[in-house]
Amino acid sequence: MVTAAVFFSHFAFRGLNKPLCRMLEFLKQPVVVTAEINVNLVALTVMGLVNRLWALSYPRAVVFDEVYYGQFVSLYMKRIFFVDDSGPPFGHMLLAFGGYLGGFDGNFLWNRIGAEYSMNVPVWSLRLLPALSGALCVPLAYQILVELHFSHCAAFGAALLILFENSLITQSRLMLLESVLIFFVLLAILSYLKFYNLQKCSPFTAGWWFWLLLTGVACSCAVGVKYMGLFTYMLLLAIAGVHSWHLIGDQTLSNVSVLCHLLARGLALVVIPVAMYLSFFYVHLTLLYRSGPHDQIMTSAFQASLEGGLARITQGQPLEVAYGSQITLRNVLGKPMPCWLHSHKNTYPIRYENGRGSSHQQQVTCYPFKDVNNWWIVKDPGMQQLVVSNPPRPVRHGHIVQLVHGITTRYLNTHDVAAPLSPHSQEISCYVDYNISMPAQSLWRVEIVNRESDTDVWKTILSEVRFVHVNTSAVLKLSGASLPEWGYRQLEIIGEKLSKGYHQSMLWNVEEHRYGKSQEQKEREVELHSPTQADISKNLSFMARFTELQWKILTLKNEDTEHKYSSSPLDWITMDTNIAYWFHPISGAQIHLIGNVLTWASANVATLVYVCLFLWYLLRRRRKICDIPEDAWGLWVSAGGLCVGGWAVNYLPFFMMEKTLFLYHYLPALTFQILLIPVVLQHLTDHLCRYPGHPVGCPAVLITGEEGSEMVGFLVPAPALTLSTLHYVPSVIMLPCLPEGHGENYSVNASTEPGKLHVKLQHCFLGSPFLTGSRVQSSKLLH
Amino acid sequence: MPCEGTRLRFPPCPTARTPFPLVLCAVGPGRRRLPRVGARMTLAARCRQAESGPRCGGLRQRRPRRPAGEPSRPSPPPRAWAPLEARVGVGVWAPLASVTLLSFASRFYRLSEPPHVCWDETHFGKMGSYYINRTFFFDVHPPLGKMLIGLAGYLSGYDGTFPFQKPGDRYEHHNYIGMRGFCAFLGSCLVPFCYLTVLELSKSLSAALLAASILIFDTGCITLSQYILLDPILMFFLMGAVLSMVKYNSCADRPFSTPWWFWLSLTGVNLAGAIGVKFVGLFVVLLVGLNTVYDLWELLGDLSLSLVALGKHLLARVFCLILLPLALYTAQFAVHFAVLNKSGPGDGFFSSAFQSRLIGNNLHNVSVPEHLAYGSVITMKNLRMAGGYLHSHWHLYPEGVGARQQQVTAYLHKDLNNLWVIKKHDSNTDHLDPSHSVEFVRHGDVIRLEHKETSRNLHSHQQEAPMTRKHFQVTGYGINGTGDANDFWRIEVVGRKAGKRIKVLRSQIRLTHLATGCILGSSGKTLPKWGWEQVEVTCTPYVKETPNALWNVEDHINPKLPNISLDVLKPSFPEILLESHMVMIRGNSGLKPKENEVTSKPWHWPINYQGLRFSGVNETDYRVYLLGNPVVWWLNLVTIGLYLLMVTCAIVAMKRGVQLTAELKELFEVLLHSGGKIMLGWLLHYLPFFMMGRVLYFHHYFPAMLFSSMLTGITWDTLLKFFAGCLSCFVGRRVYTYGMLALMLLIVYSFYLFHPLSYGMVGPMASDPNSPMTGLRWLESWEF
Repeated sequence: MVTAAVFFSHFAFRGLNKPLCRMLEFLKQPVVVTAEINVNLVALTVMGLVNRLWALSYPRAVVFDEVYYGQFVSLYMKRIFFVDDSGPPFGHMLLAFGGYLGGFDGNFLWNRIGAEYSMNVPVWSLRLLPALSGALCVPLAYQILVELHFSHCAAFGAALLILFENSLITQSRLMLLESVLIFFVLLAILSYLKFYNLQKCSPFTAGWWFWLLLTGVACSCAVGVKYMGLFTYMLLLAIAGVHSWHLIGDQTLSNVSVLCHLLARGLALVVIPVAMYLSFFYVHLTLLYRSGPHDQIMTSAFQASLEGGLARITQGQPLEVAYGSQITLRNVLGKPMPCWLHSHKNTYPIRYENGRGSSHQQQVTCYPFKDVNNWWIVKDPGMQQLVVSNPPRPVRHGHIVQLVHGITTRYLNTHDVAAPLSPHSQEISCYVDYNISMPAQSLWRVEIVNRESDTDVWKTILSEVRFVHVNTSAVLKLSGASLPEWGYRQLEIIGEKLSKGYHQSMLWNVEEHRYGKSQEQKEREVELHSPTQADISKNLSFMARFTELQWKILTLKNEDTEHKYSSSPLDWITMDTNIAYWFHPISGAQIHLIGNVLTWASANVATLVYVCLFLWYLLRRRRKICDIPEDAWGLWVSAGGLCVGGWAVNYLPFFMMEKTLFLYHYLPALTFQILLIPVVLQHLTDHLCRYPGHPVGCPAVLITGEEGSEMVGFLVPAPALTLSTLHYVPSVIMLPCLPEGHGENYSVNASTEPGKLHVKLQHCFLGSPFLTGSRVQSSKLLH
Repeated sequence: MPCEGTRLRFPPCPTARTPFPLVLCAVGPGRRRLPRVGARMTLAARCRQAESGPRCGGLRQRRPRRPAGEPSRPSPPPRAWAPLEARVGVGVWAPLASVTLLSFASRFYRLSEPPHVCWDETHFGKMGSYYINRTFFFDVHPPLGKMLIGLAGYLSGYDGTFPFQKPGDRYEHHNYIGMRGFCAFLGSCLVPFCYLTVLELSKSLSAALLAASILIFDTGCITLSQYILLDPILMFFLMGAVLSMVKYNSCADRPFSTPWWFWLSLTGVNLAGAIGVKFVGLFVVLLVGLNTVYDLWELLGDLSLSLVALGKHLLARVFCLILLPLALYTAQFAVHFAVLNKSGPGDGFFSSAFQSRLIGNNLHNVSVPEHLAYGSVITMKNLRMAGGYLHSHWHLYPEGVGARQQQVTAYLHKDLNNLWVIKKHDSNTDHLDPSHSVEFVRHGDVIRLEHKETSRNLHSHQQEAPMTRKHFQVTGYGINGTGDANDFWRIEVVGRKAGKRIKVLRSQIRLTHLATGCILGSSGKTLPKWGWEQVEVTCTPYVKETPNALWNVEDHINPKLPNISLDVLKPSFPEILLESHMVMIRGNSGLKPKENEVTSKPWHWPINYQGLRFSGVNETDYRVYLLGNPVVWWLNLVTIGLYLLMVTCAIVAMKRGVQLTAELKELFEVLLHSGGKIMLGWLLHYLPFFMMGRVLYFHHYFPAMLFSSMLTGITWDTLLKFFAGCLSCFVGRRVYTYGMLALMLLIVYSFYLFHPLSYGMVGPMASDPNSPMTGLRWLESWEF
């Protein structure tokens, strides 16, 4: 704890930087090392740690989103590959690191909120990292305001507000990622400010480099924890850009030194974060080498690079597809589900329900399960044989082939008949000759899309191939619709006539592959049923795997967009919403994510005051009327740009997001907003309340305009806010409090009337020993 | 004279003749040489001179303010080069005339080909017909464009009888030339607008000519202007707004003069036109808005202006750029609703109240009892867009889908199975019995809804719904109205106090299930075959204020109550306006691309990656393919990079305090301010598409392409002038002249190569070696 505090405190070593001739004087005088320790910081850190770490392992039950993150921790412990669309892997890795420290073996079934943890789950160490980062946010907030050149008193106020904000406390004490994100965001801001302040006096010193690099590192960590961190990173880049622009305008610097400055910033703020981000994925992919439940989402090539799963099947199969090869073809898109080109004995119905006719030939579908009917044989149209010659003749880009269905030996065919569900496209069938002047059109041209040259060989797993029909130029495509009962609800395959451009639904890759050896159909069937074997392993490069995983994370969509506690961004400002995190069915103890209403309201007021005053000053300055001194204006702009800007970039983007949103998404924005409160208060006391005759007048009857008024300005609201937090303690530190008769019929899962939970919660508050004399406010809040 | 040292500046040209050889060509043989101008005149200065025609722009030198009312005239020639000014005046009009002529010629050439419906003509032509027939329809765009098409058709003698069913239908005897001609006319106006805008911004004739020739010879612009589409109309208003904005900016030195007022209000009118055609017009509103904010900011910093004068400036802009467009926009809708007064294919998208306005709709002039009473027979319509009526039928939910009880769905058509009877939850009395007095249903009452045909009660329970698994299933339950406690619903009106009566059509009703607390709603998902592909109805446990969970009573039959005419309930104009906007916005966002569908991506557009087939697919068809002239488009693309590079160099040089000559400063001024405006326009018309979820098409890029072409004109002109200034005078002038000539020849030649794309091709495809287009398929993705 103390080390953490010392980390942020001012050190000043004196006595060793004297000229050489005087250095020998140490013989006469003792060496003196003086360390300045900011007691404020130490105290804040200690309070933060106590506040966040106290009774950390209570409750020993799964609380809200722990059920979500927990499964990833388990998968990390077991080294099983997964894909999570909620963000990059660094956050999950940190949580897993906690599990690793606690010796977690990953054996816990994360299936239900409220489930009791078994003995093997190290709850304390799993929750430790988020709690620590939550605690360190307190001194960080203090230091940020100090670096912004605000008084220690204001800084102390900011830290206290963070310390006692119960939504932040709740979020920090559980195995969740928001507090980690906030920590890195604040760290990035602080180190940038430190760097910027050093810039003026001592550029290119060790301290300067340290803080500059730390900015980049903290930014990449923030982005690595959650994509929301990206917005703060952008804000910092913008601020750095503005500062660099001023630097360019500084004509006392030579061109070379300006260039050096710019390069240093580019290195630390762009190159290093990108490298760090890649390294997160590198570690992620190195750690998770076993195949697992999310394999199906990835391409065959990726799956083959994991241990077990597909790799076990494809290990050692021949690389080059040759005439006579037996293959299964997987659609590259994999939506709505991964599937393989399939055919079976059944034919298309003569007439569909809507009266349209079909060719009545054998059905071709896409089937989402492994099956012997997924096997096809690549045949040279000019030859009859269905086995691989010796030496094998590989199929190359642009070759024309026929695809023979292994079990039924019918040819893949398409013709000018409308497809069952997509009438604008052609039907794909396996050709049955009914002697009705409908000839076989079974020639397909193989086009390798990701080829390097036009003579590339068609490779197993690696090549993405388009099949273009020779007669009609239709392209074999997965339409995404699923067939009705007669097609066993398998997916429809069509021949797309207007093959506009590139789309993954038209691409196929060979997944399983072997060289066919049997001449006779009977033998071939036996061969098809036997597992493949050969001896080439395929490993993707890291960059290829990274690109694929990153793309999947960004494009994966979850279907369910509704949740009982989801809310819209507009509800957050006014805190019209809360989240019941956990509820003990017997004792009635509960945890709620709910903000401190006084803090939220004053933060909103501060933002409003800031924006209004800023506009007012801006307009008047344009008319050359300066209400405040130039340096005060600079301070006002920089502090506001950081706090209001931070709030805006962390809040406004949510209005454009279509995913399910919760109150906790607001917490990073809230942190910035809280930092603004003391900034505005100090400004008001310093500049507006000091001059009674000022046109703006004093908006708040805070104090008289004496020296040291800012002290009073904080000493008044801070205890009030602190007290108000005490008010909410029950929601954070689950006191069992349930009036008689309410215990039985209460259950979080029973989704009942909206007001019900609130009513209960109110009982809980009013019954708790902390609250006397604040009933009115409490009930107001809860409705 | 060589450049001196590191200080960049233009050497004075002692033997300078005109740098505008193209002007000379255009003006004719009599003016091969312009008289010598002053030795110290720079290129830019000469441009300014050339500009001082009767228009108010182009005059940087301050003029005394005229008394209001007197029209602006050129100030009396101050110097000896007065004759030049007069003659150059002709020299400005002549290129404009020739540019306009070329533009019209290229757009009207082979206008009637092909004589069948092409691409989206099937929509917009049809909508034009709807206006002529006065039939109500629904479209995701505002009405102005289609009204103008309808008007053009009406004036040219088209009778609105052609069905416009699908692309490829022959027009036969129907008169379609009027509508195409109207669009082509507006499309042709783009070129002179663009010419004037660039001229005003850069003060350089050759920049204007370059930009204009890009547009004249771009195959994409020609194709898009030749058919019955909204795009030429949209772009006409858009360019009109930009032109008038630029003009009124040029009048800034004479605020509140007649031309100032004229251009300012014309900007407003054009803005109204642009949004009235498509919502994409909002981007140009944004452009003008940002420009105005910048403008006001500059004025605010001008301490010579009093606060009163500032207020006047502000008010003038508020009036012309906000109030005037709003009024015009509203007026368009007023005309739209006044013209379309007959029931048509668009009815179902709108609420019941809206439908009651339309002649021929079954809600028109119907009279029903106003307040809901027990025993009434009603239909309930869901309030989500295209929401259905609450419906039930004898069929049961199949095995495995919740409880095996009677299906309840939402059905989009009127049907007897949509009828329900409101009953008290606890008694089964027949309220229609004359011995009972009428009892009204009030907000907060607990009721039971009995299906009229099957006598089952509307019922819900804690079984999962068929499609939306997190919701509860809704069924019909009970025999002859006798069910259980799960049949009770609380009826509430949004925004009302308890105890109030419930109105037909107007009240938004929410039905809360008493036992589980869930709310009756329609999820919008289509049920499979067993549910007759009707829409799913569920009971949602998530209490949200969405129109999915709100209903209104549409039909209402109760013989004991007096009928009142629905005319009383007709929505007011603001309500109609609001509703139609809601429907349009939802319709727009509903145009989502389907999974597994190949769609055009915004990054395809500037590189001219892929065109659109307007007509014809096969070798024998008459094929028209919407694709930009690749040379032009790639030139534009390169220019954007070039522009950014030049701007970066310029501002860094200025920031580093490099000494600049006056000439260079002027060049930078044009580059930063004029180019900046155009660049902003390009960004505003392009970047937002990256964030749009709806289906996008190639032609969405064309408004941005206009800005890109103007930027090309300005950038190359500046670049060549810069080089010309660096080199010795003679060489420099040549570089400038030949550079411009080369660019224009390149454009004309490429147009010669690619013109069949717009004017139609018959015969083998380009992949065939016999085709005249062989070798021109430079990208695999082009399909001609």
